[in-house]
Amino acid sequence: MLKSLILVLAFAAAQGPDLPADEEARAQMLMREVRCMVCAGESILDSAAPMARDMRVFVRERVATGETDDEVRQALVDRFGHEVLLRPPFSGGTLALWLAPVIFLLFGGMLLAGAMRRRA
Amino acid sequence: MIAEAGRFLVALAFIASLAQMVLAWRGADHGGLEGWTRAGRAAAEAAVASAGLAFLLLIIAFVQSDFTIAYVAGHSHVDKPLVYKIAGAWGGHEGSMLLWCLLLAVFGLGLARVGPREPAMRSRAVSFQGLLQTLFFGFLAFASNPFDRLDPAPVQGNDLNPILQDPALVMHPPLLYVGYVGLSAAFAIAAAGLMQRSGGREVAAALRPWALGAWTSLTAGIALGAWWAYYELGWGGWWFWDPVENASFMPWLLGAALIHSAIATEKRGAFPGWTVFLALLAYVLSILGAFLVRSGVITSVHAFALDPERGVWILGMLGVSAVAGFALFATRAGSLGEGDGFAPTSREAFIGANNLLLAAAAGVVLLGTLYPLFVELLGMPMVSVGPPYFDATATPLMMAALALLPLAPFLPWANGGAKPALRQMRAALALVPVAAAGAALLWFGAPVMAVIAGALGAWVLAGAAMDAVSGIPAAKARGAKLAAAGRALAHAGVGFIALGAAADASRPPDINAAMAPGETIEIAGHRVTLREIARADGPNYLADRARVSVSGRGDLFPERRFYWGADQHTREVGLGSGIEGDVYLSIGEARPRADGSTAYEVRAAFHPLIWALGLGASLVVLGGLLALIGRLRAPVLEPRRKAGAVAPGKGAAPEPAEAGA
Repeated sequence: MLKSLILVLAFAAAQGPDLPADEEARAQMLMREVRCMVCAGESILDSAAPMARDMRVFVRERVATGETDDEVRQALVDRFGHEVLLRPPFSGGTLALWLAPVIFLLFGGMLLAGAMRRRA
Repeated sequence: MIAEAGRFLVALAFIASLAQMVLAWRGADHGGLEGWTRAGRAAAEAAVASAGLAFLLLIIAFVQSDFTIAYVAGHSHVDKPLVYKIAGAWGGHEGSMLLWCLLLAVFGLGLARVGPREPAMRSRAVSFQGLLQTLFFGFLAFASNPFDRLDPAPVQGNDLNPILQDPALVMHPPLLYVGYVGLSAAFAIAAAGLMQRSGGREVAAALRPWALGAWTSLTAGIALGAWWAYYELGWGGWWFWDPVENASFMPWLLGAALIHSAIATEKRGAFPGWTVFLALLAYVLSILGAFLVRSGVITSVHAFALDPERGVWILGMLGVSAVAGFALFATRAGSLGEGDGFAPTSREAFIGANNLLLAAAAGVVLLGTLYPLFVELLGMPMVSVGPPYFDATATPLMMAALALLPLAPFLPWANGGAKPALRQMRAALALVPVAAAGAALLWFGAPVMAVIAGALGAWVLAGAAMDAVSGIPAAKARGAKLAAAGRALAHAGVGFIALGAAADASRPPDINAAMAPGETIEIAGHRVTLREIARADGPNYLADRARVSVSGRGDLFPERRFYWGADQHTREVGLGSGIEGDVYLSIGEARPRADGSTAYEVRAAFHPLIWALGLGASLVVLGGLLALIGRLRAPVLEPRRKAGAVAPGKGAAPEPAEAGA
C-alpha cells in the first residue's frame, strides 16, 4: 500500500499538477521561454534532462496557484538568476541589445538616403 | 601508411596553395596572360588533387576502421553502418575542416578556370583565394590534422555521436560548407576588384554567379539542418535561434542581401561600395560561424567538437582575412565609383531597403549571439539571449522586407514611379486584409505576429504569382526567362516559409502523458492510441519501438534507443504527415504504475502546415538554381539598364540585354 502510494506520488511529481487546458497552454508558453540550466541552450519545454523536468513541475505548480506570468518568471529569476529566462531583461546592461535594431536602421537608412540623392 | 600519405598530401596542398597565392599574384602583375598565371593555375590544380586525395584516404581509413588514426578512433566504431563510416569523414572537427579546405581549393581552381573574364582580375582573385587556402591548410596541417596518429591504438573506436547518425549527416554539412566556402570566391573576387581598381559594375558582375551559387547551397544546407533539428529530439525544433543556427544564418542573410545588391550594382551601378563590402563581410562572417561552432566560447546544442586552442587559430584566420579585405576596401573603395542617384520608388531603392533590412537583421543576430559573451567578459550579471529576443527584433525586420518584396519586381529603375506597380498589384493588395482575417480566424488565439506573418506570406505568394505571369513570357532570351522564373519561384518559396513559420508559431500545446498499451490521448483532433512496445535493435544500438495508432495517420513507430558504443540514449520520433500538419510523437522511459502495469512517457505534439517550410525552402533552392543557370547564359557584364527601364514586359524601353542575346 505504502509502496504504491509512493509510486503514485512519484509520477505526479514527474509531471506536476494536472492543469486545465488553458492553464496548461499558458504554462507551456512560459516553459518555451525558460532555459534549462544544465543543457546547452534548450528550453525546459523541450529538454529531457531531470532538472528541466523539475523546473516544469515548478512552473506548473505556480500556474496552478494562480500566479501571473510575471510572478512565475520572477520566482524563477529569484532562484536561478536572469540567465534562466531566454528573453533578456530591459535594463542598463542590455540597452544596446534592445536598441540595436533601431540604431542599425537609422545608420543604414542614412547611407541609403545618401546613395539615393547622389547624382553623377 | 594511410596516415603518412594523408599527412604528406595535406602538407602538399598547403605548399601548393602558398605557390598559388604567389604565382597568381605575379601573374596578375603581368596582366594575367603569361606563364606566371598558368603556373598559378597549375598550383591550384595541385592543391585540389592533393586535398581530394587526402579526403579520399580519410574515407578509406574510416571504411577500414583504422583506429591508429586518432580522428577515426574518435568518430567511428567497427559496428557502425557503412554510410555513417563514410559520413564520419566530415562528422567531426578535423574531417570537416579537411572538407572546408578541399572546397576552398576547388573554388580556387574554379576561379582559375571560369573566374572573372578580365585576365588580370581573374589571376588576382585566384591569388586571394590562395591566401584563404593557405590559412586554412596551415590550420589543418599544424593544428588539427585529421591524420594524427593515436598510440597505442584502441581496439574499438569511440563511435560517432549517435545523435549524428542520421541520413541527413550525409548531405547537411557538405551543402552548408559549399555555401560558406563558396562565399570565399565572392570575397576573393571583391578583393581582386579592389586591388585592380576595377569599376563597381565589373566587380558585381564577376561575383554575382558565385554569390548566387554559394547562397543557394547555403539555403539548402540550412533547410536540411532545420528539417533534421525538427525530427531530432532535443535540438529545440526546426529553428531555435541557437548560436550555431545563428552562425549559419548571418552569412545567409548577408548572402541574400548580396545577391540582390549585386543586381542593382551590375545593372545600374548603384551602391558599388556596399556590394563589395557585403561580399567581403559575408565570408568573414562564415569564418566567424566556424569559430563559434568550433571554439566552444558559446554553448550550443549543435556544437560537437570543441577546443579553445583551435578557436584561437580560427580567430587568427578570421583576423587575417578581415584585415586584408577591409584594409583594401578602406584604401581603394573610391575606385569602385559612386553610382547615380535614384528615386525612392525605384527598383534600386527597394533593393536598397531590402539590403538595409536584411543587413540590420544580420547585425541583430550577430549582436544577440555574442552579447552573452560580452556580458561575461565585462563581469555584468549574466543574461540569456534566446528566441524571444530574436523574435522581437530580427523577425520584424525580416517581415518588413517581406512587405516590400512583391512590389520590387514591378518598379522601374532609377526614376521610379510606384503607380503602375500598385495598379498591377491591386488584386494582391486587396488579398492582404482577407488573408489576415482568414489567418486570425483559423488560428484563433494565435500570437499577433503569427497572424501578420501569415498575411505577409500570402501577399508574397500573390506577388510571386503575378511576377511569374507577367515576367516569364515577357523575357525574350532563354537565359532571361530562366532568371525570371527563378526569381518568381524563389520569392514564392519565401512566401511559403513565412506561412509555415506563422503556422508553427500558433501550434497547440504539447501533450505529455504516461500511457500503457491500449490507452488513448487526443491531440489536435487526432486520437493517439499506444498499441504495443517491442524490441527493435539495430546494428549498433538497442531499441524499444512503440506502435502507435493515430486516427487519420495510420501507425507511427517512435523509438527509444541505446547506443552501446557511445553509451548514450537517443529518441527517434514518429511523424504522421498530412495536409493540415504533422502529428509528432516521441516515447520516453517506462515507469511502473501503482496497479503493477507499465506506463511509458509519451509526448505528442501537432505542427500545423509544417510542410510549407520544406516546400518553401525547396522552391527557394530551385529558384536559386534557375537564376544561376539563367545568369550563366547571360552576357558576362550585362549592358547598363536605362533610367526608367522596368521589368520585362511592362511596356517601357526594350531590354538591351535580351535584344542582344
